[in-house]
Amino acid sequence: MTPVKLYPPKSEKVYFFGTCLVDMFYPEAGLDGIRLLEREGIEVLFPEDQTCCGQPAYTSGYQSEARAVAAAQLKLFPEPWPIIVPSGSCGGMMRTHYSQLFAGTDQESLAGEVASRVYELTEYLVHVCHLQLDDRGRAETVAMHTSCSARREMGLAETGPMLLARLGQVKLVEQERAAECCGFGGTFAVRHPEVSAAMVEDKVQAIEATGASHFVSSDCGCLMNINGRFEHQKKAIQGEHIASYLWRRTS
Amino acid sequence: MTVETYTPRAFHRQAHDALGNPQIRSNFRRAMDGLMTKRRDVFSDWDLETLRELGANIRLRALARLPDLLEQLEANCEANGIRVHWAEDGEEACRIIRELCESHGAKSVIKGKSMVSEEMHLNAHLEAAGIEALESDLGEYLVQLNEQTPSHIIMPAIHLNTDEISDIMHDKTGTDRTRDVDYMTAAARAQLRERFMNADVGVSGVNFAVAETGTLCLVENEGNGRMTTTVPPVHIAVTGIEKVVEHLRDVPPLYALLTRSATGQHVTTYFNMISGPRKAGEHDGPREVHLVLVDSGRSRIYQDDELLDTLRCIRCGACMNHCPVYTRVGGHSYGTTYPGPIGSILMPHMLGLEETKDLPTASSLCGACGEVCPVKIPIPDLLVRLRREAVGEGRGNVHGAGVKRTKKEVAAWKTWQWLATHPSAWRGSLTMAGKLRALTPSKLGPWTQYRTAPKLAKRSLHALVKSHRREGEGES
Repeated sequence: MTPVKLYPPKSEKVYFFGTCLVDMFYPEAGLDGIRLLEREGIEVLFPEDQTCCGQPAYTSGYQSEARAVAAAQLKLFPEPWPIIVPSGSCGGMMRTHYSQLFAGTDQESLAGEVASRVYELTEYLVHVCHLQLDDRGRAETVAMHTSCSARREMGLAETGPMLLARLGQVKLVEQERAAECCGFGGTFAVRHPEVSAAMVEDKVQAIEATGASHFVSSDCGCLMNINGRFEHQKKAIQGEHIASYLWRRTS
Repeated sequence: MTVETYTPRAFHRQAHDALGNPQIRSNFRRAMDGLMTKRRDVFSDWDLETLRELGANIRLRALARLPDLLEQLEANCEANGIRVHWAEDGEEACRIIRELCESHGAKSVIKGKSMVSEEMHLNAHLEAAGIEALESDLGEYLVQLNEQTPSHIIMPAIHLNTDEISDIMHDKTGTDRTRDVDYMTAAARAQLRERFMNADVGVSGVNFAVAETGTLCLVENEGNGRMTTTVPPVHIAVTGIEKVVEHLRDVPPLYALLTRSATGQHVTTYFNMISGPRKAGEHDGPREVHLVLVDSGRSRIYQDDELLDTLRCIRCGACMNHCPVYTRVGGHSYGTTYPGPIGSILMPHMLGLEETKDLPTASSLCGACGEVCPVKIPIPDLLVRLRREAVGEGRGNVHGAGVKRTKKEVAAWKTWQWLATHPSAWRGSLTMAGKLRALTPSKLGPWTQYRTAPKLAKRSLHALVKSHRREGEGES
């Protein structure tokens, strides 16, 4: 039985953990996420010393390096505020893998405590903020790609679509095999480029087949992979982070 | 007979070949889509999670008492008249089976479906000793005719389509070239029936070995298992030591999970429970039944409380059916007896990481395998654990631990670690990278073969947040 997750009331302050991919490649998505939270009257704290959750090394097997990097993040959230992450993948890493990563170390209980405060952005917007959206954009059709980590590690396949459904002018269309991986998988895309390419090729075809003019995702890894493939094929369609999409249409 | 050989060392080449073969691509895509749909539909009326929980607990309970249960199984089998043999590895198991065959002067062995026998290359071993070993599962029969190994653990010939099967049967057995599936099935049935009648020994696998009763359970759809275990005068069952369950009542939930997860069936056409040889006054059944229990690295996995979870597997193949990598590259690409996600966590124990180091990385960790596993094996976590073993960061419990650790990779991760633990250097490098973004190479090796390189942002989130804060202060 999937446990029912109980959500706390809206917090007056939250921490924002931007993730390294957002920091480097999609900073606007991070800022838009912060703006969405601020518009809800929440004070957003952005610990300046944040870098990376440690996932790349963790999934590559480099446990000690991953632990060192993750440990540096654990110190950044001393107050009991929620930690909002605009990525299912990094959110999943922090919420579900930190306990394994720090098992048997001095930081085990701190890691567990931090993990218990981690929320993916769309999850927090839906379940805690009960975000209402005033759509000011034109009517359009949009497809959503939910990352595997948001879907399976965090159990959040619904929160993105729930937010999009609150945009009056947006029609959400489902892609074929929506639950199938886009082929990013962090270092997987580099270690097994051909297999990954076959996966992303099917994904771009599925997204195109929906006829949607836009697609959104809450994960920058998937976006980088899918957009990179679309661009390589010189297709006009480009995806954007759901935070940017929501902000753009409602501000 | 030379069987087409695939090796896990050549995963990249084999995957490349499969990806470039449109026939393979479409055969697997179609077959896996069908199996995924069937599984989803058959579970819709079940409380799947409760059943999975039950299945996982049954397997965990059995594994927790594995040594005891194996002794109990042996005692109860012997009491039922089943002779029990223990094999340290595949080679020893092959020798035991060959010697049993030789002691009966057997020249011909008919085989029911058994992945353990594939794992230990029993056919080649028997044939080298002048004993013919014929597969009687239709899929296994076809791949054997085609001089291949199975590409899936439940549907060994899933990589072949009707046309290819028609060609194989025509070329090897002289049947008509036709797409008529009924005709081909009938032809194969006639060919196999004759072999069942003339075989000296029948070899089968085991799905569940029940310790409390000494019963061997065999799940199948075609009757080959029943024929194999009843027609020849001698039946030899062969199984990995992990297949034991504690009680008879443990079998129905596992059986329900197995058939639904594998082929979307509520029940299979046949479910055999073998409890001993022919008894006095009975008209049929083998005069001798043997059970060969094979270790082959399993007790080594058993020593490790994480890796132990691998042994829960009930061989349904659902992880393969749902794996986006398996679906694209097919079972042969892995070059191992057990392909796909379960193979990637099982084979390193059997062959060592020297041979299999690419397999644990051949997954995007999308989690589909873990999500569908009927006994809740945390496959993605175990893949990561084996990646740790491969780079020497595990507990060293897997043969070949550390084989994938290279100076270059270690240096790269150390550099990354340094940057990510020195925030001002991290921010500085982001600022620098943003300024030099025009110089970002547009070719990033394999990545840009199929994708355009991602572009670094002009200003990092760190920088944007800073400006945002300043703006906010300006407003107030």
